[in-house]
Amino acid sequence: MASIKAIINGKSITAESGMTILQAARANGIHIPTLCDHPALSPFGACRICLVEAEKNPKLLTSCTTPITEGMIVHTNTPRVIEARKAVLELILVRHPLECFSCASNGKCELQDVAYELGVKDSRFADPGDTNTSHKLEDANPFYVRDLNKCILCGRCVRVCEEHAIYHAIDFQGRGIHTSIQPPVGSPIEESDCVFCGQCVQVCPVGALFEKTAAGQGRPWDLEKVKTVCSYCGVGCELEVNVNKKTGKIANVTTNYSSPTALNKGRSCVKGRFAWQFVHSEDRLTTPLIREGDTFRKASWDEALSLVAEKLGEVKTKHGSDALGFFSSARCTNEENYLMQRLAREVMGTNNVDHCAHL
Amino acid sequence: MALYRAHVLICHGTGCASGGAPKVLEAFKEELAKKGLEKEILVIATGCHGMCEFGPIVVVYPEGTFYSQVKPSDVAEIVEEHLYKGRIVTRLLYKEPLSAQKVCHYKDIPFYGKQHRIVLSNCGYINPDNIDEYISRDGYQALGKCLVEMTPAAVIDEMKKSGLRGRGGGGFPTGMKWGFCAASPGDKKYVICNADEGDPGAFMDRSILEGDPHAVIEGMMIGGYAMGADEGYIYCRAEYPLAIKRLQTAIKNATEYGLLGEDILGTGFNFTLHIKEGAGAFVCGEETALMASIEGQRGMPRARPPFPAVKGLWGKPTNINNVETWANVPRIIVQGAECFAAMGTEKSKGTKVFALTGKVKNTGLVEVPMGITIREIVFEIGGGIIGDKKFKAVQIGGPSGGCLVDEHLDLAVDYESLTAAGAIMGSGGLVVLDEGNCMVDTAKFFLEFTQRESCGKCVPCREGTKKMLDILTRITEGKGVPEDIDRLLYLGNQIKDASLCALGGTAPNPVLTTLKYFRHEYEAHIFDKKCPAGVCQSLLRYSINTEKCIGCTKCARNCPVSCISGKVKEPHVIDQDKCIKCGACMDNCPVGAVVKG
Repeated sequence: MASIKAIINGKSITAESGMTILQAARANGIHIPTLCDHPALSPFGACRICLVEAEKNPKLLTSCTTPITEGMIVHTNTPRVIEARKAVLELILVRHPLECFSCASNGKCELQDVAYELGVKDSRFADPGDTNTSHKLEDANPFYVRDLNKCILCGRCVRVCEEHAIYHAIDFQGRGIHTSIQPPVGSPIEESDCVFCGQCVQVCPVGALFEKTAAGQGRPWDLEKVKTVCSYCGVGCELEVNVNKKTGKIANVTTNYSSPTALNKGRSCVKGRFAWQFVHSEDRLTTPLIREGDTFRKASWDEALSLVAEKLGEVKTKHGSDALGFFSSARCTNEENYLMQRLAREVMGTNNVDHCAHL
Repeated sequence: MALYRAHVLICHGTGCASGGAPKVLEAFKEELAKKGLEKEILVIATGCHGMCEFGPIVVVYPEGTFYSQVKPSDVAEIVEEHLYKGRIVTRLLYKEPLSAQKVCHYKDIPFYGKQHRIVLSNCGYINPDNIDEYISRDGYQALGKCLVEMTPAAVIDEMKKSGLRGRGGGGFPTGMKWGFCAASPGDKKYVICNADEGDPGAFMDRSILEGDPHAVIEGMMIGGYAMGADEGYIYCRAEYPLAIKRLQTAIKNATEYGLLGEDILGTGFNFTLHIKEGAGAFVCGEETALMASIEGQRGMPRARPPFPAVKGLWGKPTNINNVETWANVPRIIVQGAECFAAMGTEKSKGTKVFALTGKVKNTGLVEVPMGITIREIVFEIGGGIIGDKKFKAVQIGGPSGGCLVDEHLDLAVDYESLTAAGAIMGSGGLVVLDEGNCMVDTAKFFLEFTQRESCGKCVPCREGTKKMLDILTRITEGKGVPEDIDRLLYLGNQIKDASLCALGGTAPNPVLTTLKYFRHEYEAHIFDKKCPAGVCQSLLRYSINTEKCIGCTKCARNCPVSCISGKVKEPHVIDQDKCIKCGACMDNCPVGAVVKG
């Protein structure tokens, strides 16, 4: 990659050819506020929060879409830029419900962050009755809630659905002030192509999309991210389980689009993201059980494994190796399945190996 | 071609066609057959003459006699008197508003006198569905010249020399734009014709497509040759069914003649042309939204760069020009760049077609040389203000434009002068306003339009135009507050500065220019709760002058909400609480006792 020299806020920087002004600024530790931008998504240029000024260019430029060029002199915080950002922000706040107290995104809301940074409390232009109430809360599915009144139309959900989930289940609909994010005309999200992978929920910068399961489970600052591998199938998606430090319980599951170790690159499926309730289920088995007559008794792993080894040995001695079969699971990783077939073939001496994905 | 002693040209533009031109044409055919004249006189359906208000228009050649508002029932008389006996039917001639004289010949009508019809030279003169008529007027000569005698670079050079600038509103030098696309690497390129004309009241492009579709096709092919594109799209709004039909016929005929397709004129040049119908979104006139729409995506603008010349339709280098720009191309090639550049001002060459509407006596389509003054357009071509009322302003450039006032009447119209005055050339809408127009209401009208047509992508345009509209609405309802003027100015300037595309970037113009020139009208609405022009309903008050009232009861009888009381032969009174300000009392009062104010 060719290297480019430019100046941002008086500081000489180098950037790679093809970088946007925003990327170049970030790579050099210069902060530019954003809303519609997301590092994992294609640039969109819709929110206009990241506007900057470049010398010799009469127009304000969206730093998220404009490539940085050799010798460019960029200013990210001139009075003109700050005023434009404030105007844009205050225009968003005209209709955005200021329900931060009860909002699921309080504390991680990027709109809050931008307002805080620009010192904007509310909108000079908001008149009584302007707050958006035109959309009904959509919570018919068990996974996430859509509160379109809070939607700022940044288009992140549309882009993540198209670029990462590859479903394109939702898009912009309507025009002007009636624009909203919807599945194809007239159908509810539950009857659309949506597979409820929940990536839209994760990238939503505000509280327009939130996990139903996370309600009341903890504020963002209560949560600790625990990196793990999803146990649902053999793909091995990397997940972040967000555990409430106070209660020790899971609040929600997210992914990391920039994790170098994540082979799923931030993608998830409905199970990985939403089906974790079994973790805290009272019915969940946490110790091995040994059958004695009609009842089970709790046992230690050592005891249980010894018993299994003993019984398998008995069967092998009495009936031969092929009297045994080993049945594994598609929920195990490749490595686990590999180890199991080695156990079957090398230790027990049988090729009777199968798994549940055949069913 | 057979020879005829006379030609009857019947305008079949959208205006005249909806006014009954096809029936007039049928009547002519019948009458001529009756008289046995069908082999002597040819009846032709043509494109638009521009004077749509006076349609259906019939022009009889060789004299060029101009009949206006012709009905099927008039046809027998024209055939009998004019075509059979050689006597002009005076009662059907156009009456010139300034002198109140009947004008016999096309060329003597002042509406056309000041015009310089180059792009529109074939409109109203040839049958747009007949490719032979186009060819007989030097059609496809420019294409032949380019393909046989000129290199692509020479064509671009010629365009640069002509000084032609984009007629869609931006005014970017066409030759330079072609040069960018030609220089852009890629083995597949596209040319696009933007025919998504959407400004309220504008119909320049429609008339060109309806009246001279081959000119646009030829222009695009020349562009395709110059830039190395072998495929073109005409993006035409679906609300122009006649234009689409004529384009389809034109493409079919040109293909049959080997003028479209492969190895055109034996030169190895290939070019195919598609029509893509729009789906009713104004914003699709914005080039990046237009391309998204052709690709089957939602018509939403995207950020530039990359510019279409580098990464356009389906990611390929693409050049987009509007209808009028493309239609200029063959003329420039045939007549030479110098000839074109001789017209106009220093930086704006050639002519511009305007849709002249509003409070002028002659409304319609006018093509004038750049550099003409607004006074000439309004008072000479337009014939002045209807009812000889006082001129107030012209709104130039549609919803993206601004208003100009008295002091600009002698302004020489070109891209720079209009921009400097706060308006824009735009696509060429020109609405004349008189003292009866409220400027706040006018600004509100345009903002309603832009808000409705905003694609909703970027915040300033989506939210900002709505807020400006809210403020304007409350001002016109008498609920404005003193801070509203500053709010409008602030929002207007910020929306201009921060919007993604030209729709948002220009949407505040009507508000900002009316605030600049008519701030006192805003103040009258806000502080005095009065609409000086008497337009804003909420601020109107009807009352009865008791001295004039004769007690005829006519007002009371015509009031739809029965809010007028009074005894017979005694003065009547309007109950202001109940009055809905419909004005029926005023319209019906025989003695002018009802006062509005």
